[in-house]
Amino acid sequence: MFALLKREISLSVRAGGGALTGVLFFLAVVSVFPFAVGPDTKLLSHLAPAILWIGALLASLLGLDRLFAQEREDGSLDILVMQPHPLPLTIFVKACAHWLMTGLPLVMATPLFGIMLNLSPLGIGATMITLLAGTPAISFIGVVGAAVSVKLPRGGMLISILVLPLVIPILIFGVAAITGALEDPAPFTAPFLFVCAITLFTSVLGPLAASIMLRHSAD
Amino acid sequence: MKLIVENLGLSRAGQTIVSGISFELEAGQALIVTGENGSGKSTTLRGIAGLHPLSEGSVQLLDETGKGFEGSTKEYCHYLGHQNGMKPALSVRENLEFWQKFCGEPDLTIEEALDEVDLSHTIDLPFSYLSAGMKRRVSIARLLVSDRPVWIVDEPTAGLDAQSVRLFTGLCKAFCQGGGILIAATHLPLGLETEKTLEIGA
Repeated sequence: MFALLKREISLSVRAGGGALTGVLFFLAVVSVFPFAVGPDTKLLSHLAPAILWIGALLASLLGLDRLFAQEREDGSLDILVMQPHPLPLTIFVKACAHWLMTGLPLVMATPLFGIMLNLSPLGIGATMITLLAGTPAISFIGVVGAAVSVKLPRGGMLISILVLPLVIPILIFGVAAITGALEDPAPFTAPFLFVCAITLFTSVLGPLAASIMLRHSAD
Repeated sequence: MKLIVENLGLSRAGQTIVSGISFELEAGQALIVTGENGSGKSTTLRGIAGLHPLSEGSVQLLDETGKGFEGSTKEYCHYLGHQNGMKPALSVRENLEFWQKFCGEPDLTIEEALDEVDLSHTIDLPFSYLSAGMKRRVSIARLLVSDRPVWIVDEPTAGLDAQSVRLFTGLCKAFCQGGGILIAATHLPLGLETEKTLEIGA
């Protein structure tokens, strides 16, 4: 399994792997907002948590369509599913690798983008923590979408449509937690724990559901 | 060890592709599956490898005492399909190392396996740099790096030159002599003494 993680990571940093596309897309989304909102820095810093979360959410969806489709095209998927390893575990490792190469860089880039959006240091810290706890869930839900659309040549759009409704709760609780950290009456802990719970829940359910889909998609 | 396929039937989208396929293979035996294009050879092999759901019949792998193996049959098979199962961005060594670690049961080292297919000089080249025939030979080397008692190979010699076909035939012979079971869909005879044939669509 460690071999699989190593392979996934080296594949994404090699030519055509697209390790940085997530961060660049995140940058594109975040940097466009100040132009659209205008020079009101107060409003901008108020919107910043939501902008950062939406950017991270959309950026995390990138690359999901290639997760199994590419394996299927080059024949690796057959060999992967034939091994004695439990298939959900294989998928879990692939989801973790996806998060390490798209989700984690987004968390790392948040301080920089937070400054661009006039977010306070406390807000940047809260955003980083909620993104760190929440983005893995996007990868774990995403593998289900990737497994559903494994046979489709242009599955990317379908994955986004399938996955987005399922990740809305993470978005809601994630942004609510940041608001809780910044504004006094709102609580931070409760929504943050919800984010953690969703991640833990999907880390089990996502790979399981994806493995059932992959088994049934055999032709 | 014995592989028993009984009354195998496979369908795709409700349409029967093949039905009523039965055969038994002892350790050391090979089965050559022949048939016209589109007759269902690949589907049959995928069915035996557990990659296509069976609509009827069964595939069983029994050990010397007649007991079934632990887990499903596919865990004891090497499958070489039409695609090579290698990543173009990784080097030949990285590709083979990954499959060896992931499949477990290491047999030959990467260097030895590449030596068997006469490709030791390509070990550090990216897989995408190789020609079609060389890519095929690397994926044949994958069968050698981890140990599985059953090989299921689908058109293994596609794209290979005469010399490489002889090389592959030699590998198959050695594998069968070592007690392996080989199932191959191919149009050219492998020249094994213990060869059975199965014609699909006849």
